[in-house]
Amino acid sequence: MIDILDGLKSAFWLVISFDVELWEISLRSLRVTLTALVIASLIAIPLGTFLAVQRFRYRRFVISFINALMGLPPVVIGLLVYILLSRSGPFGVLNLLFTPAAMIIAQVIIITPVIASIAHQAMRELWAEYHDLLISLNTTKWQRIKTLICDGRRNLLTAALAGFGRAIGEVGAIMIVGGNIDHVTRVLTTAIALETGKGDFALALGLGFVLIGIAILVNLAIHTLSRTEREGRW
Amino acid sequence: MSARFPLELRQIFVRRRGKTVIGPLDLALGAHGITIILGPNGSGKTTLLRVMHGIERINGGAVQWAQDDPAQHAFVFQSPVVLRRTVAQNLAYPLTLVNAPNERVTTAVQDWLARIGLSNKAELSATRLSGGERQKLAIARALIRKPDVLFLDEPCANLDGHATREIETILREAAAAGTRLVMATHDMGQARRLAQDLVFMLNGKIHETGTAASIFDTPKTSELAAFLKGDIVV
Repeated sequence: MIDILDGLKSAFWLVISFDVELWEISLRSLRVTLTALVIASLIAIPLGTFLAVQRFRYRRFVISFINALMGLPPVVIGLLVYILLSRSGPFGVLNLLFTPAAMIIAQVIIITPVIASIAHQAMRELWAEYHDLLISLNTTKWQRIKTLICDGRRNLLTAALAGFGRAIGEVGAIMIVGGNIDHVTRVLTTAIALETGKGDFALALGLGFVLIGIAILVNLAIHTLSRTEREGRW
Repeated sequence: MSARFPLELRQIFVRRRGKTVIGPLDLALGAHGITIILGPNGSGKTTLLRVMHGIERINGGAVQWAQDDPAQHAFVFQSPVVLRRTVAQNLAYPLTLVNAPNERVTTAVQDWLARIGLSNKAELSATRLSGGERQKLAIARALIRKPDVLFLDEPCANLDGHATREIETILREAAAAGTRLVMATHDMGQARRLAQDLVFMLNGKIHETGTAASIFDTPKTSELAAFLKGDIVV
């Protein structure tokens, strides 16, 4: 209990003293996670919607495969990305290992199945509602996908936020591919792991509370900007 | 195929799970007027409408349009499907699909909003409308592209008298403006008020066709006579 109170105090002081290192780490966390989120959403949302409207031979298998990928241990993904990006790996020439780009790649791989799966579920329900209308209006496949994405944006936002939550809290994979290098790849979660290892629980907890605060603020900001709760309008 | 018929069905049949839903049946529709499809529940009225509109797969026969342009026929469902958008955006939707100029879209939307009495709700979410308002919106959305033929599947089912009257007025105006209406209903009063031609369906087959006057005054079959009297016909 004392540790938690110390953690709260530590978080409070870190924030109000505008601690430079905290800001640097927090901004890097946000930059890496939001970049990964945008890239993953651009892949996962059209994919989830396509799977909802298109019937093809191995559709069920593809959906099951994506659902299964949601449960992949991040540390394994980190290891695979590490091998691919290491000097002896196929993408070693790109020199991406231990850079924020490597962390973004790992996060994209981790959260794309999460967003695609939730997006597919939401779009499947909306497609059931819209199916007859869109077919009767003689819409093209692209027009159907566009309409579903546009009208299902609230649910897609939830899918994206689920991906954000998974990415911002991720530690195993980005520790492996980022290396937790000070001023280069250190983010909130890896800093928490480091401070815990050093036995500075108060600072680790303080960073943890800052992480939780950032996650809540981003969620609120996205909801506010997208006006999801505006009365009577979509 | 005779040039005066915009639509002709020949030896159509539809089977689902080994059971014949409709057919074999033949039907030819003239270019103008209001045709009402009458029949008890389960007689195949909805399936016939969907076949004519091209949204139901047929297992045999041919559907032939004099001019095959799917954009020139529209469909209104028994349960109105509204897009999760504002009322105005719902109306604009079919026009945006064909990339109509903004000016034309705005004019048409304003015109239809006034005609269906929803000008004051233009910016409201369509999902907040009452059942009657939703159906008026669905009919206006179907008519906004000025289709040659409009198919309606029991559009006034579950609506009160006031909403039914408003919808019938819109339909009469559409027919007077040159849109061919083909409507399924089991509301005998509505059939008497609107029909110029009648098609009576029973057990998936067309049992009797003719002008409204001849059908109502001198039904040829005992089943139709019984149905018109309000008896249960199976």
